[in-house]
Amino acid sequence: MREPASHRLALLGALAVVIVLMPLIFPSAYYYRVGALVFIFALAAVGLNLLMGFAGQVSLGHAGFLGIGGYAMAIGPVHLGVPPWASLLAGAVISAVVAFIVGRPILRLKGHYLAVATLGLGVLIAIVLTNEASWTGGPDGMSVPRLVLFDWAVRGSQQWYWISAATFLVGAILAFNVIDSPTGRALRAIHDSEVAASVLGVDVARGKLAIFVISAVYASVAGSYLALINGHVTPDIAGFLRSIELAAMVVLGGMGSILGSLVGAAVLVVLPQTLTILHDYEHLVLGLILMGVMIFLRQGIVPSLAAAVSGRQT
Amino acid sequence: MSILAAERLSIAFGGIRAIDQVSLRIQPGVVFSIIGPNGAGKTTLFNLFSGLYRPQEGRIIFDGEDVTGLAPHQLARRGLSRTFQNLQIFYRMTAIENVMVGCHRHERTNVVADLLHLPSVARQNRRTRLAAQSALAQVGLQSDTDRLASALPYGALKRLEIARALASEPKVLLLDEPAAGCNPVETKELEGVIRSIVKAGVTVVLVEHDMRLVMNVSDHIHVLANGRSLAEGTVAEVRRNPRVIEAYLGTHDAPEGQDTEEAARALG
Repeated sequence: MREPASHRLALLGALAVVIVLMPLIFPSAYYYRVGALVFIFALAAVGLNLLMGFAGQVSLGHAGFLGIGGYAMAIGPVHLGVPPWASLLAGAVISAVVAFIVGRPILRLKGHYLAVATLGLGVLIAIVLTNEASWTGGPDGMSVPRLVLFDWAVRGSQQWYWISAATFLVGAILAFNVIDSPTGRALRAIHDSEVAASVLGVDVARGKLAIFVISAVYASVAGSYLALINGHVTPDIAGFLRSIELAAMVVLGGMGSILGSLVGAAVLVVLPQTLTILHDYEHLVLGLILMGVMIFLRQGIVPSLAAAVSGRQT
Repeated sequence: MSILAAERLSIAFGGIRAIDQVSLRIQPGVVFSIIGPNGAGKTTLFNLFSGLYRPQEGRIIFDGEDVTGLAPHQLARRGLSRTFQNLQIFYRMTAIENVMVGCHRHERTNVVADLLHLPSVARQNRRTRLAAQSALAQVGLQSDTDRLASALPYGALKRLEIARALASEPKVLLLDEPAAGCNPVETKELEGVIRSIVKAGVTVVLVEHDMRLVMNVSDHIHVLANGRSLAEGTVAEVRRNPRVIEAYLGTHDAPEGQDTEEAARALG
């Protein structure tokens, strides 16, 4: 299901090559923007995949952390005079703290109950962002100042393509690291049998909390990037549909597959853009495609295709 | 001094006293078996010992310390490990990864180091892998190291659970029906495995229905029936105990001598 350790370096290398070569076939600057969005959502999906695919804990509220990261980029510079780079860090820290505090009670829940509790968390954050209009601008949202790094103002889709691709690669490397570490083994054990993990000395509650916090930070950074590339942020970033979209990326691409999260993000970012040519039938066709993928590639796109390929070889 | 002891332990589920005032003392370095008819409370007792249930009355003393009410992972870190009657395998992990989780309580890294894959993590992974390999070899699974657990046959999974528990280097190992579903050859192998575990200095507490295995390996036997202690003693003592024979076979009107003989045969 997950990528074998021996293949990971090759996989990361191949990804880097693809990232560099892709722009050669981009017909216009617009494609850089789509590419950047793919990597930004893939970053959030990788974090969520650590929680869902490896530790086996569902979250239907992760867009809440996208929201915290996104609004940090607006509220920090506009209201508090904090520079954007520091706002990004602050957003990540706030997301981590929120995840830590909320995670403690709700991660005791399992399955559907955890799903509903996390859903509530996401909705709650979205409501706060909508209602605290004096800080957040209410439903209309806020504009987000440009990121300035050492006198270099980051502007244009092209630069965001490279920044988000590089950040995604870092996120993927960190995820690969954790999978094959004592922490990662403990989390994967929790996924299969909490009872067995606990009698072997794994602190189940603490393990779940740690990965919940980490996945919240991934989402927060992705949210900050999203706000920066768009130049504005609205409460939709933290909305219920965004949370579902993130979870769908993880499941569609393949639970427990880091490459799968990238593929899942690519499909769900690119497909709606492509299907606009179908006008009224856009959502209908998108829905049918998602259903078809899950029926015929039920382990998700990457693991199912990988199994088919290795099955043919043997 | 005993390594593991129960003092007047009780727990009830919905009015049924699953364990009722059970006291026992387990000496270090022995095979201590707990037997009894179905529903006697053997697995419940294991769940109390390993912290999965909290007793309503009584105390559990482990290694000279009152550990009543501690969480399973806290008990594991003190050196108490167990296997399960219904397998609790990490099916998405390979055989060796399963066993590596058993080493968890000895691993000295933290989340941040793990994320960054610091050299200390690489060293820890190598140490853990070595320890896990020797635990796999101890139960005869060295050739299945990198196979996915879900691809292993039932008998191998039984042994995998033992290897995983051994990797935690426990002082006391609770084995819950390790021979269930095993054929006679596998059971014989299991006997050798249990002997080697005890030889290495681990105290084994065994719940088992296969009386031949119990009688062969046990130093001491405690008999439970309906949640209560029925008898305790050496293999020979328990075998002769009329109350034990009665609990296993029930009473009927056959002449006493014949009855006892039949029962003794059933008990191994």
